[in-house]
Amino acid sequence: MSPDRQTGSPDETLSGGHTVEFPGGYTRSTGPVIGRFLTELRDGRIVGVRARSGRVLVPPTEYDPHDGSPVTGEFVEVGPAGTVTTWTWVAQPRPAHPFTRPFAWALILLDGADTPLVHALDLGPDSGPAPPRRLRTGLRVRPRLRDERVGDITDIACFRPEVDRITAPTRLDYTIRAGPALTRYLDAQLEGRILGMRSRHGTVYVPLRDVDPTDGSPGTEEVELPDTGVLTMFSVNHVPDPRAPEVPFVTGYVRLDGADVDLLALIGRVEPSRVRTGMRVRAEWLPPEERSRTRPSIRWFVPAEKGEDDR
Amino acid sequence: MSGRPVAVIGVGQTRYRTRRDDVSIAGLVREAALRALEDAGLDFADIDAVVLGKAPDLFEGVVMPDLYLADALGARGKPLLRVHTAGSVGGSTGIVGASHIASGAFERVLVVAWEKQSESNATWALTLAHPMSTSLVVGAGGYFAPFIRAYIERSGAPGRIGPMVAAKDRRNALRNPYAHLRIPDITPEMVEATPMLWEPIRYLEACPSSDGACAVVLGGRTAARAAPGAPAWVLGTAMRSEPIAFAGRDAVDPRAGRDCAADVYAQAGIADPRRDIDVAEVYVPFSWYEPMWLENLGFASPGEGWRLTESGATAIDGDTPWNPSGGVLSANPIGASGLIRFAEAAQQVRGAAGDHQIDGARTALGHAYGAGSQFFAMWIVGSECP
Repeated sequence: MSPDRQTGSPDETLSGGHTVEFPGGYTRSTGPVIGRFLTELRDGRIVGVRARSGRVLVPPTEYDPHDGSPVTGEFVEVGPAGTVTTWTWVAQPRPAHPFTRPFAWALILLDGADTPLVHALDLGPDSGPAPPRRLRTGLRVRPRLRDERVGDITDIACFRPEVDRITAPTRLDYTIRAGPALTRYLDAQLEGRILGMRSRHGTVYVPLRDVDPTDGSPGTEEVELPDTGVLTMFSVNHVPDPRAPEVPFVTGYVRLDGADVDLLALIGRVEPSRVRTGMRVRAEWLPPEERSRTRPSIRWFVPAEKGEDDR
Repeated sequence: MSGRPVAVIGVGQTRYRTRRDDVSIAGLVREAALRALEDAGLDFADIDAVVLGKAPDLFEGVVMPDLYLADALGARGKPLLRVHTAGSVGGSTGIVGASHIASGAFERVLVVAWEKQSESNATWALTLAHPMSTSLVVGAGGYFAPFIRAYIERSGAPGRIGPMVAAKDRRNALRNPYAHLRIPDITPEMVEATPMLWEPIRYLEACPSSDGACAVVLGGRTAARAAPGAPAWVLGTAMRSEPIAFAGRDAVDPRAGRDCAADVYAQAGIADPRRDIDVAEVYVPFSWYEPMWLENLGFASPGEGWRLTESGATAIDGDTPWNPSGGVLSANPIGASGLIRFAEAAQQVRGAAGDHQIDGARTALGHAYGAGSQFFAMWIVGSECP
């Protein structure tokens, strides 16, 4: 006992670090069976031994643990791939463990073997305290062998999942042009004005566009529309969306007074349960300093003011 | 349809799953293609042209997947065409394949449609917005929910109809070994107990995200005679589209769908679809689209579709069964979903639909729609050569 520190309190038990280590390490004779396994492993192969029952024992032993009978002299190459039969997740590795990040101890049944081998299973650098979802019984794995092998079970650094998925980052950079009609529409919104187009059929489209979508004919005139209208259809969304304030939120189609097509819009300042088809709504504009030429300047539509007939 | 007779002489499907991690994209489409070829008693060398259907490239991030998959589908040195009409693409792909034969240009055509939704996120891909306009829908469900509410308000349908459809199609799926969702003993009450996503659509009223592929081999008269199995004869095909927004558009009951149905019925000699069509595989990704399409397709008068559903007429033992395979509500590899409807219709009239076979089915409708209810593709198949 070599206490390295004494505490002042008489109530505390004296404690300190202590190490026992046999100089140079104990030696083990491997015998012909385990020795063959380790020798093959040093050469990069994993072998098992066939028992009299025909089963292949991995790692091999001199006797069949099932009934104590001596094994045959037949060595069988197995793996290197295998299947996880069970596992435990090590969320907080200890100093002697093969990894400093979380990993699994797993029983791995190598292809061609009848008994499983226990070894470390590395699920990758992103491994956290909780076992990854892909870690499950049946996971296919392969060993990572060390470059410098010495004939030790740690010549297998670890097992890793077989490659069954890769990521393929894809990115396209665009320059988006609004076109003349949408540019004019967005510009007008900076001033709180909503522009539409009257088609040659007399129908009014909003946002402003160049042509009638039914026949491609050019518009006959630009028209300014009020920022009031009727909610024609809507949905209450319970699926979150970064563009909406919170769930549930209401999206709907607003038919502006004088228009013949609907605007898709967020509906705000109303309990979702009180929203109904036919409700009169008006635009709530962003304050002028928050408006931009590059996106709509209407924050959302809200129920029209009290007193207005909303039927 | 005009031109030479066209027959479905082989059908192949993969099992539909949330993830098909065990196969690559090429492996997935080959699985369906090889099964269809085996069914037709053919191999790649016998095929004259290949048509490939696929929804938006952003779903998997594979641009021009037809070129990528050409050699996987035995298309080297052969005409290969890619079709893309959003969610209706599977149906359009079948129709393009059929017109290849009807034109007289080819005798045996392989048609393949697929989606591997697990490779990315379809909702992300569907909700990418132009930065200078408003986009406030959360995927397909968020887009269709207002139309469904409008249908309910317009028709006075009771709220129980959607859950009835969801339970019916999922019960049918239990008879279909390829179906993705398998929920034993599912009931409308179970559907009603699931969370609301986009009112009025609940979780179990929405289709799943699936990986999967479907393939059919189409042939002319000579090919049909040589095929080992019974052919399904294509009695009519039609496609229609309309803009997503125009003055007077009825998104609940789109004109493109009505026009498409009228066209395909006229070709196939269908006077009354409910009476003359024995079984229908209709694109119903959200439960309420059954009553909505019952009306759009002329099986029921406007406002009356939900009564047909409620009466049990569309059940597998009803007088006008819809989606005996379990439909899109039970498996939705988007790009393949329309071709699956077409293929299942063909299997019914071939007598090859297994445990979800409708006894004596001689005439069947395959239906697909896509984008904002804008693109429609339909075919009618029958057991007799026209």
